[in-house]
Amino acid sequence: MSDANEIPAEVAAWIGQKRYEQEGEFDVERGYVATTCASVENGNPLFWDEKAAREITNGWIAPPTMLSVWFRPHFWAPDRSGAAQPLQVHFDLKEKLGLPEAVMTDDTITFRDPVRPGDRLRTWQVLRSVSPPKTTKLGTGRFWVIDVEYVNQHGHSVGTETYTGFGYRRAAQ
Amino acid sequence: MNALRVLTLDQVKPGDALPELAYDVTATTVVLGALASRDWRPMHHDKDFAQQRNGVRDIFMNTPNQAAWFERYVTDWTGPYGRLGRMQFRMKDSVFPGDRMLFRGEVKGVATDAAGCGWAELAVRVLVGEKVCTECNVRVALPVAPGDNPWARRGERWKPEA
Repeated sequence: MSDANEIPAEVAAWIGQKRYEQEGEFDVERGYVATTCASVENGNPLFWDEKAAREITNGWIAPPTMLSVWFRPHFWAPDRSGAAQPLQVHFDLKEKLGLPEAVMTDDTITFRDPVRPGDRLRTWQVLRSVSPPKTTKLGTGRFWVIDVEYVNQHGHSVGTETYTGFGYRRAAQ
Repeated sequence: MNALRVLTLDQVKPGDALPELAYDVTATTVVLGALASRDWRPMHHDKDFAQQRNGVRDIFMNTPNQAAWFERYVTDWTGPYGRLGRMQFRMKDSVFPGDRMLFRGEVKGVATDAAGCGWAELAVRVLVGEKVCTECNVRVALPVAPGDNPWARRGERWKPEA
């Protein structure tokens, strides 16, 4: 690479490409809905009161903001080679751009069909852009934008999440 | 089932403030939220890692759990008929154990789309003291009248993109 500001060709080729299409490791389930609601003390009757859920949402649903939860792999699983990472494109970028640390700075979620217990969702990731080098209070690195699409077993979109990440190297590193 | 809160579009106007929500964050809040969102990354449960690798003072709340907090804050206000269409977050600073999170929200706009769906546009913030930690613009559908149910909308009748 002749110019430190250039993005490696391998990374540039990822832009606009559908990557890491996968099915969730497990079905959407109410136990995790309750755990999430408990963590933020969310008493919305849609998640606790079966009659309300039947009348309003035609049965139990999951909180819309749990979309990404259904794709984070278990911390450990038998026969798994290498550590599976959610939002793999983000981690690929850290590695290929040589940026050891990263944070998410922006996140936009668009919600479509409700997600229901028993659903098995599919997802894929698309890298949209990578910025020139920038320096912030955290360090020097690059911003990137990744779209994550989510569909249910009927092929209907349940949502899209757009993340902006900042991968960086701290000044002392 | 107790009487459900039903906030309808005609009850809302730009400039309205949502009720504030204050919450004292502990290490348990951060860890419980990270595990509830299946986020096993160590900066959300390992203080040494957060300090040494992230260069921050302590473990901090993860983004997916902040999304869950915003959802709870908004639907506390709307009641169960409120249906989220879109949320846009900007993380400006981290929330740590020992912080008191203060949620504040304001109605920025009210509209009915071509499909007859009522929408409120909200600006919500999480503050710790005077510091804004996270900003969130929320587009939430509300019934246009009693009997209307945004959750019944599908396909062309559901337009969460503004």
